[in-house]
Amino acid sequence: MIDPAAVDLARLQFAVTALYHFLFVPLTLGMTFMLAIMETVYVKTGNPIYRDMTKFWGKLFGINFALGVTTGLTLEFQFGTNWSYYSHYVGDIFGAPLAIEGLLAFFLESTFVGLFFFGWDRLSKMGHLTVTYLVAIGSNLSAVLILIANGWMQNPVGAAFNPLTMRMELSSFSELVFNPAAQTEFLHTVSSGYVTSAIFVLGISSWYLLKGRDMAFARRSFRIAAAFGLISALSVVVLGDESGFALAERQQTKLAAMEGIWQTEAAPAGLVLFGIPDEAARSNHAEVKIPYVLGLIATRSTDKVLPGIDQLEVTIKRRIESGALAVSALGRMRKDKNDAEAVSQFAAHQADLGYGLLLKKYTDDVLQATPEMLANAVDDAIPPVAPLFWSFRLMMLLGFAFIALFVVAFWASLKNNFERKPWLLRCALWFIPLPWLATQLGWIVAEVGRQPWTVYGVLPTHLSVSSLSASEVLLSLAGFFVFYTLLLIAELYLMFKYARLGPSSLGTGGYHFETVRTKNN
Amino acid sequence: MFDYETLKLIWWLLVGVLLVGFAVMDGHDMGMGALLPFVAKTDSERRALINSVAPHWDGNQVWFITAGGAIFAAWPLVYATAFSGLYFALMAVLWAMFLRPVGFDFRSKVADPRWRSAWDWGIFVGSAVPALLFGVAFGNVLQGVPFHYEGDMRSVYSGTFWALLNPFALLAGVLSLSMIVFHGANYLIVRTEGVLQTRARRAALIFGALMLLLLALCGVLVAGMHGYTLLSAPEAGAVQSPLDKVVAMQTGAWLGNFHKLPLLWIFPALGFLGALLGIVFAAKLKGVLAFVASSVAMLGVIFTTGVAMFPFVLPSSAMPNHSLTLWDCVSSARTLEVMLWVALVMTPIVVAYTGWAYRLMRGKITTAHIEANDHSVY
Repeated sequence: MIDPAAVDLARLQFAVTALYHFLFVPLTLGMTFMLAIMETVYVKTGNPIYRDMTKFWGKLFGINFALGVTTGLTLEFQFGTNWSYYSHYVGDIFGAPLAIEGLLAFFLESTFVGLFFFGWDRLSKMGHLTVTYLVAIGSNLSAVLILIANGWMQNPVGAAFNPLTMRMELSSFSELVFNPAAQTEFLHTVSSGYVTSAIFVLGISSWYLLKGRDMAFARRSFRIAAAFGLISALSVVVLGDESGFALAERQQTKLAAMEGIWQTEAAPAGLVLFGIPDEAARSNHAEVKIPYVLGLIATRSTDKVLPGIDQLEVTIKRRIESGALAVSALGRMRKDKNDAEAVSQFAAHQADLGYGLLLKKYTDDVLQATPEMLANAVDDAIPPVAPLFWSFRLMMLLGFAFIALFVVAFWASLKNNFERKPWLLRCALWFIPLPWLATQLGWIVAEVGRQPWTVYGVLPTHLSVSSLSASEVLLSLAGFFVFYTLLLIAELYLMFKYARLGPSSLGTGGYHFETVRTKNN
Repeated sequence: MFDYETLKLIWWLLVGVLLVGFAVMDGHDMGMGALLPFVAKTDSERRALINSVAPHWDGNQVWFITAGGAIFAAWPLVYATAFSGLYFALMAVLWAMFLRPVGFDFRSKVADPRWRSAWDWGIFVGSAVPALLFGVAFGNVLQGVPFHYEGDMRSVYSGTFWALLNPFALLAGVLSLSMIVFHGANYLIVRTEGVLQTRARRAALIFGALMLLLLALCGVLVAGMHGYTLLSAPEAGAVQSPLDKVVAMQTGAWLGNFHKLPLLWIFPALGFLGALLGIVFAAKLKGVLAFVASSVAMLGVIFTTGVAMFPFVLPSSAMPNHSLTLWDCVSSARTLEVMLWVALVMTPIVVAYTGWAYRLMRGKITTAHIEANDHSVY
């Protein structure tokens, strides 16, 4: 039997390293495009201030990028180190997008990012602009591929189980690539990255404006960020709604948990705007509900029923019982592949194999599972309601707050009066940490909501781990904690130092600290 | 297009090519990093060395990441078994490698000499430790790694981290380190001049000679060690599971393929010849030729290991019958074929634009150049 403490620690380590990596990814995704926009304006107008903008915001991007590259290393190998059985069981499918990500996206992004930083004097204007676009395309392509991989974990299409090799094998590469789950996830994720970078630039520019420093530079940066941010913030919400529709079809347990739907209600279901989910009482306290709205969003209809947790549990119980027969038949087939009875029993219950594996958490011989074990397995199959419910609501709230900020900022930028609105500038400054909070919450909704599966309906999380002891994983987790904390301190120190220095850090001689120094001399 | 057996063979070759690509590309910036505190003394000298790889280290590191991804896609059992078994060895590689990207980018952004010196040593550790540990890993694979599979194909590792640091593996580690440092020194001969070039030349001569010596020593030890031979396996065309074969451990088995096909001696020969020529060219300050020669030497060494073990890729010392071969550690035919097309299309494109990037950024990096561009270089 697998040590549950080792599983929990492996999950914690993956969550910590992935969430940490995801502190740096969104800014990279968006910043590369904002840099490309700034440089496009430079090439079109020939005004060197836009070149300085590209270089300065590029410097901040570089500080962030170094950490992104560093922490990405862990993720490429962590499936093998800590999720060995997962790697064997689904590597035939899941490994492909990861390898393609390296060949198609990382090489492009990483080779040209070097020329972005160091190639200014050796490339023509158009040449350098092309390089900048290639970096943006490379980083966004890597998001496509990693979300194809993640999309497959959420919605495993184009694959089938092979009892002889004891793993899932690819049956259709195009289904894997064009997985609708991956597409909605990708668009939602990259737009949230664009919002992050827009708020980053908007907030820091606002600070220069508040301080009355480098006004021409800050004003132009503010404008670009406001326009880019407004479009991105709107698309995050629209595409998030699209994800909700997708979930209703493919991951009913995640939707039920994040919306706190304990009991199935008549279509179209109402949306719980606020409530306090109570796992023990299986209901929400102080519930504020808008009738019909959730049903309309999630099913795009007025008559389709959204199953609540009560109804889902009935289906899950039936599938676990059927899956137990598949697991037992598979065991007999592994001993004697000509056992005709086992082969036909497996064929009849194969679709529920993953559900049968849920019982492995409690007993090796799944056919001997007690009713109590069965009830526990059913209970496991519903992800934890309260964390999902709250994470999702907070993320939504932040999403709408971003739209509000960008509407005001964009309007002020059209009216050209944002410099005279210190409250707006201060607000933009204080907004800087919020997109990071929102993207981390989004990750939590997507991944905690997939529990208890690593691959939804196919492979339970507790079976996916490596045969490592809890103390081994604890030791590595401590190592990551130490390294990542030190690196974060160094990163934030430099980020603040260079944001405070502003474009003066370019050494052109024309910006705030440089001109002040000249005057004093 | 290709039958399954051919695809498996091609993928064995492709993994070899990826490892050579990694050694040649990431190897030279790791070699630079390992030499950084010794070849460069002053701050400007150190910046000159770092800036010789500044536009390229990130792209080079992708060879490492892509090798990991490709092994996941093509040999999922190797990815699953080796990385979970050699857990702390891989953690040590990763933690050391953390110090490189950050070291390169952060080092010169603060003027304090203590900050800069700390990152210089970080870059040193991030370069030298992985270079050493890759060799240690190869040394252990040659001896066999203690793992076995349970009935549901769950891999169980029964060794300890400290057992990985056995004398032969450590020797292989020092071989790999000296090979990479030699290669990095040759790169520095190309990209520096004056006192830096003189010191790089000296490093190339020392580490090239060390590589030759260790290569000979390791060769003798491999010839005499317990290798593995395949006694029987499921016939071609049947589903190949790692659990269905019979493997024996035999002294001198790693020489078996060379006896059967003497042409294979070309790989060890390339290893020696490349190292020897590399030393000669380095002595004459012919940097580009020395770089090519050390690249060939690394190709020779990596493929010597590969063909000696063929068809094994991860032998098991705990249960030799569960050893992984290139026939039974692989993905399905469909995955191998899709990935082959991706690799065949993308690899030449990647090599082409990487070559272009190096050409664009070519030339000597001098301390004068660093001082004149204080704000825009690392």
